[in-house]
Amino acid sequence: MALLEITAASKRFAATAAVDRVSLSVERGELFALLGPSGCGKTTLLRLIAGFETPDSGQILIDGVAMNGVPPYARPVNMMFQSYALFPHLDVAGNIAFGLKQEGMERRRRDARVAEMLALVQMADFARRRPHELSGGQKQRVALARALAKMPKLLLLDEPLAALDRKLREETRLELRGIQERLGTTFLVVTHDQEEALGMASRIAVMNRGHLAQIGPPAEIYERPNSRFVADFVGAVNLFDGEVVAGSDGPRLVVAGLAQPIPLPHRIDRQIDRQIDLAAGGRIALALRPEKLRLSTRQPDGFALAATIASIGYQGGRSTIHLATASGLALRADVPSATAPGLGRGAAVWASWAPGDAVVLPE
Amino acid sequence: MSGIGGWLRRGLIGLPFLWLAVFFLLPLAIVAAISLTESADTIPPFRPLFGMAAAGLQSHLTLANYRELAEGCLGAYANSLGNAALATLLCLAIGYPFAFAIARAPGLWRHLLLFMVMLPFWTSFLIRVYAWIALLQPSGLVNRLLLDAGIIAAPLPLLYNAFSVELGLVYSYLPFMILPLYGSLMRLEESLVEAAADLGAPPWRVFVGVILPLTLPGIAAGMLLVFIPAVGEFVIPDLLGGPNTLMVGKLLWQEFFDNVDWPAASAIAMALVAIVTLPLLVAQRLLARAAA
Amino acid sequence: MTGSRGGAALRLAALVFGFAFLYLPIAVLVAYSFNFSRLVTIWGGVSPRWYSALWQDDKYRAAALTSLEIGIMAASAALVIGTCAGLAMNRFVRFRGRALFGFMLMAPLVVPEVILGLSLLLLFVAAQSLTGWPASRGILTVTIAHATFTACFVAVLVRAQLAGFDRSLEEAALDLGARPLAVLWRITLPGISPALISGWLLAFTMSLDDLVVASFVSGPSATTLPMAVYSSVRIGVTPEINALATVFLAIVGAMVALAGWLMARQERRRLAAL
Repeated sequence: MALLEITAASKRFAATAAVDRVSLSVERGELFALLGPSGCGKTTLLRLIAGFETPDSGQILIDGVAMNGVPPYARPVNMMFQSYALFPHLDVAGNIAFGLKQEGMERRRRDARVAEMLALVQMADFARRRPHELSGGQKQRVALARALAKMPKLLLLDEPLAALDRKLREETRLELRGIQERLGTTFLVVTHDQEEALGMASRIAVMNRGHLAQIGPPAEIYERPNSRFVADFVGAVNLFDGEVVAGSDGPRLVVAGLAQPIPLPHRIDRQIDRQIDLAAGGRIALALRPEKLRLSTRQPDGFALAATIASIGYQGGRSTIHLATASGLALRADVPSATAPGLGRGAAVWASWAPGDAVVLPE
Repeated sequence: MSGIGGWLRRGLIGLPFLWLAVFFLLPLAIVAAISLTESADTIPPFRPLFGMAAAGLQSHLTLANYRELAEGCLGAYANSLGNAALATLLCLAIGYPFAFAIARAPGLWRHLLLFMVMLPFWTSFLIRVYAWIALLQPSGLVNRLLLDAGIIAAPLPLLYNAFSVELGLVYSYLPFMILPLYGSLMRLEESLVEAAADLGAPPWRVFVGVILPLTLPGIAAGMLLVFIPAVGEFVIPDLLGGPNTLMVGKLLWQEFFDNVDWPAASAIAMALVAIVTLPLLVAQRLLARAAA
Repeated sequence: MTGSRGGAALRLAALVFGFAFLYLPIAVLVAYSFNFSRLVTIWGGVSPRWYSALWQDDKYRAAALTSLEIGIMAASAALVIGTCAGLAMNRFVRFRGRALFGFMLMAPLVVPEVILGLSLLLLFVAAQSLTGWPASRGILTVTIAHATFTACFVAVLVRAQLAGFDRSLEEAALDLGARPLAVLWRITLPGISPALISGWLLAFTMSLDDLVVASFVSGPSATTLPMAVYSSVRIGVTPEINALATVFLAIVGAMVALAGWLMARQERRRLAAL
């Protein structure tokens, strides 16, 4: 039985549907991510699970128990808030002990648990400090310890890394993963940062405008997006729109501005092929990740596009290269910097890829 | 939802609601009722509104008090309204530059200055008004200084007249004008003033065209916070006023304590309530908007 | 944050004149409280004799104790009532009678005191004739009257502080298993403690300072300090009053400074926590 089972949950605010018939299930021990741009409804969904909002329709089950009408303080769920929400008039130990006090845990056990939590987040020396004396990263650890103190079945994390600076973000990401694996607690992380989601989660649900766009493991979301939105939101992507034409060895895509039609991959993902019309005349989109684009100064055999380099963005190990075809179509390539010496602005190159590297999407 | 459940919600609303209904609204209703009774030599000194008599339920309802009011007391009302209005305008004239200066002071100074404006307010109002007697009497400090400086030949009649009453009103109610003005000025965005100046407006233009209109809510709030209580003010006309400065507050007090005519006092009170109700509702609108 | 040079000079002048006006009577009171001579017209040298006279005067001492007793009780009652009202107005956006409630919270702040006093006295008289309570007017009736109008001031302060209160703290508490009452008691009230403290102090000060309402609703057994001062002043000038005023000034000044310091400290903490 799934730990969290959401069935067709909906929530409206005024005229807009913040969450529109969303169904998903989270298994025990997963680190699940809810990913989407701001306003997509992920935070609302989180609040529905925590109990701060009630769904207009649909059901939420936690460990098989329906949560209708169950207030937040009675749910086996705890939340780590984006703003940390540490109680300013209590010290760190007092903050962590708060939930334990509410459930009536006796003093000795409580102190032991608090000490355990402090050790888990490496804040043992800070027990007597007040929140206003802590840095952002330290506050976050305390907030995490406080939320885990009650050993909830499900831990909700609202944009846990958003307030941290870049370097700290990566370290903290790994730490969170480590803590989750060690404790075995089910984590549900809400984030707008796709790098974060891809790096942390065992499964991701991408949301857009209240709907669930795609659910799957990170690799699947990234390599096989099922829609334009997902392809564009998660990672950078090259998108080609065009009309399908029949070809001698399989269907091809005619794109405005390109001399030759692009060969389409032979294997189409079964899940989405219902929406895609590969008959001649159908309009589809083709998504290609930048790292799949191969550049060479000599024209390769097979299909290739002629383009000139517009700019090179050096980023250390890899470089981002923006290209433009003669007709003005913009392309983006992501190559190891080692393969890029000799390429400069204005250089003429050939861009090619294996047909199977591209993903067919509905228009 | 913050999850405040049934009983807690009922309690939080109910307790203050009931208290105020019983100890504010109900009393006003009683005043209204008694204003319609006849005065008598009984304890309490009025004939009950309804009574049992041989003929059954009898009503002693009368409008006599209001009639007497209309005949004899209008002068006091006019006086009160006039004095309150003048005091309001003076408070505005003095308070605005004052609030402006405080609002423009550098950070730490502002809080100190504000504290110093409020401090007199927190010390005994009665005693401070009384202090003006010492200052304004013929042998008081003000006259002495003027005499010694040779500016006047004989002491000026500064006490027990309209002048001292106005002075007392302005003195006592000035903080009530300064605070909302200060609040309004503080909410004023500096960038607006700078933009106006940048576009070539001279300081007075900036003031009249930008600052004044934007602080209108503060001005309105201050004027109401001064005017409404000032109309019914008792202590100041009593201590500092003379025979020609009878105001409604003192009139009410006299009718109640000296004449022991409770119905008449009630009628005076109801008329006063009627007068301040309109500005009161306006004030509620303003303050509600300000709190939002 | 400043204007032109000339503007600065004008502003300084406004401040100087303003404060001179505000503090002139106070300065006079303080100065003459140390005046050996009884009369304001003559300076007889520095002397603390009026302070000792004040201290020995039973009338003022009894009145001061009465005022203190009333003040503490009224302020405490006002704190409870006003805090409930402030929470209700801030948290419950829609309920039956909210407009009336808001009106009742605001009106006592501005309505002339003679009206408040008269109406409450008539209430007590009517209640006495109908139910026998209150048997006599005195400390209890004055306390009730003071609690009523000072509660409205407390409500204003509480509402203002609640406006800036971080609601996610309450949600975090709910999430951690605290029921709404526990959240209120352990998280919200500690969070608005500056408003609670300054509200109590404000209510206390206003109760201490009230003459008109107390005069209406009090009885022969309970004379408050302002009532004692008023009756003295009507008779004639008594220098003990100057000493009393100075003592008042010192005490109240200290209390207000304390409240202000506490609020400033909380504010600094809050800003540092961001």
